[in-house]
Amino acid sequence: MANVLHIVVCAGIVPDPLQTLEPVTTPAGPGLKNEMVLPAVLDPWAACALYEAAALATKNPGSKLWLVSLGPKAKLQQVMMTVAQKVPFELVPIDGPIGGFPDSHATAAVLAETIAALPGLDRSKLLLFGGWESATRGAGVTLQLVGERLGITDQFQGVDEISLRDDGSFEVLERVEGGKHQVSACSGTPAVLGWATGNLAEPRNNPQVGMANMRTIMPALQKAKAAKLEANGLSYVSVSLPKQQRETRVVKDMTPDQIAAELVAWIGAE
Amino acid sequence: MENILVLTHADETGSALSKASLEAVTAGKELAARLSAPLTIGIVATDAAAAASTLASTGARILAVSGEAFAQSRYASDAAAAEALCRAANATIVLVPGTSRFTRVAAGVAHRLGGFIDTHITTLGGTDTIEATRWFYRQRVEAVISRSVRPWFLLLDAGTHAAYAGESQPIQIEQVAVTLPALRTTVSGFRAPAQGQQTIRPDAKMLFVAGAGWTKKQPDGQIHVAEAGELILGFLRATGASLGSSKSLVDQGGEGEPVLPFLTHMNQIGQTGSTPRHAKGLSTCCHGEEPHVVGWRFIGDRRAISLDPNCGWTRGKADVVYVADAFPVMAKLNALLEAKKA
Repeated sequence: MANVLHIVVCAGIVPDPLQTLEPVTTPAGPGLKNEMVLPAVLDPWAACALYEAAALATKNPGSKLWLVSLGPKAKLQQVMMTVAQKVPFELVPIDGPIGGFPDSHATAAVLAETIAALPGLDRSKLLLFGGWESATRGAGVTLQLVGERLGITDQFQGVDEISLRDDGSFEVLERVEGGKHQVSACSGTPAVLGWATGNLAEPRNNPQVGMANMRTIMPALQKAKAAKLEANGLSYVSVSLPKQQRETRVVKDMTPDQIAAELVAWIGAE
Repeated sequence: MENILVLTHADETGSALSKASLEAVTAGKELAARLSAPLTIGIVATDAAAAASTLASTGARILAVSGEAFAQSRYASDAAAAEALCRAANATIVLVPGTSRFTRVAAGVAHRLGGFIDTHITTLGGTDTIEATRWFYRQRVEAVISRSVRPWFLLLDAGTHAAYAGESQPIQIEQVAVTLPALRTTVSGFRAPAQGQQTIRPDAKMLFVAGAGWTKKQPDGQIHVAEAGELILGFLRATGASLGSSKSLVDQGGEGEPVLPFLTHMNQIGQTGSTPRHAKGLSTCCHGEEPHVVGWRFIGDRRAISLDPNCGWTRGKADVVYVADAFPVMAKLNALLEAKKA
């Protein structure tokens, strides 16, 4: 028997991982050089959460999937042109600052307020999804804070798998130390799941899904509310690139035997 | 004046503190000494008395939450326990070990106390104030931060401090009562990757990184995945190293390409993987920014075997790059290591 789920995925946008990043000081605090023109993608772990959510919604007819994303409207629109082609969802955009330097508590407050006000959301059926860490701030706390603000006390982080049972309960695999998964059973929704990579491959682009999504995404972007993020006493003493540059010795003229012997000595050296 | 609390929890035995907790104790002692601030250590454990026995020489006030309910690493019970300890300690600064158990709950607890949290702290500095160092953008940008509001929770990355080592002695513990909410989650145990042999070893001295080159065509025009797997596992057996992988190699399974059967996404290092801490690292057949810049950030001594003498990502990132085919090198290396063992 299928369970009707209301799945909300929180996902930010981040600079494409292949871009070179250079921190700069802006009037609003630290930022990245040319941040607004850097190509952006959906946060990788949050993207895994979105794909898992879509698969779960498909398996459970009648379920709904919202994607809540905070970022500058123009960048959100750019990223959604690609993301919208992957899986069906309803975008809930929030027009706010980009980047990893704003405070996560402020971000969580805005996200929680937005989710609480979602029309048609039944919080007793809520699965709150997101990445277990972002590729910007990487704090791994925003989702927990949103969950706390929404009164959800069943939370899981580093999730790689959820198995829903007919009675509405579910089993979760969470990453723990030593390359293991902790196996937990929860009696049902609501719950918070911060996803690691999960088990699904990135869906192929589907233009039909894209067209259907874009019909609601563009009006949603136009109506996106602006959010101001509080600093909450957070200040930056310094922001810099790591300076460590190694003097690399490039060895081109050694045989495999010689390399192996050198490596044995290196491995054995304390 | 600051009032410092170190939150700790038991390891899987239930009667000793986890290594990361003992590292946080060291950080707490150092910070308390520098700020001349009182130190409290809070323990969550089934048997807190046994777990606390090595903390006598810290001179800290010891608070504990004990009981069977705290044997399991679960949000609802752990958050309630940590909240009770924080309220009992009335702390302004809360140091938390970055274990999966406390990483899951620390932010929620900070919120319940009206406090704020910063995570992945690698260094605690400053003179009269507290300045914390952490990385942004997956270890690409380093920042030093401070907060003017309290309580301030600081989640410390594992491996950034030495583990506190004290002799086991009788110690006075103040038990803190906790009112648990209805528990809807039950932990049934742990599951290792289905592939059998555990290749992720956080305490290993060395990280071995396998890249996608292992599954590409070799000079004879053939793919030698089985041989590659044997060479890699042979090296892990001989050295006890931990195995990391580039994203491209792990992803191959989902793309229908040949795979190394013992690799999972949990082996992945880099942008969407882990950034482990090991004294040494040896990368093989990797050609990209991910393993060398992001995944290797906290590797001490780094060497690479690569066919590409101009690989821009190893230049300046590795200490030594051997321009060679990894297959014969690893075969010789394994043979030498086995002979040395014998």
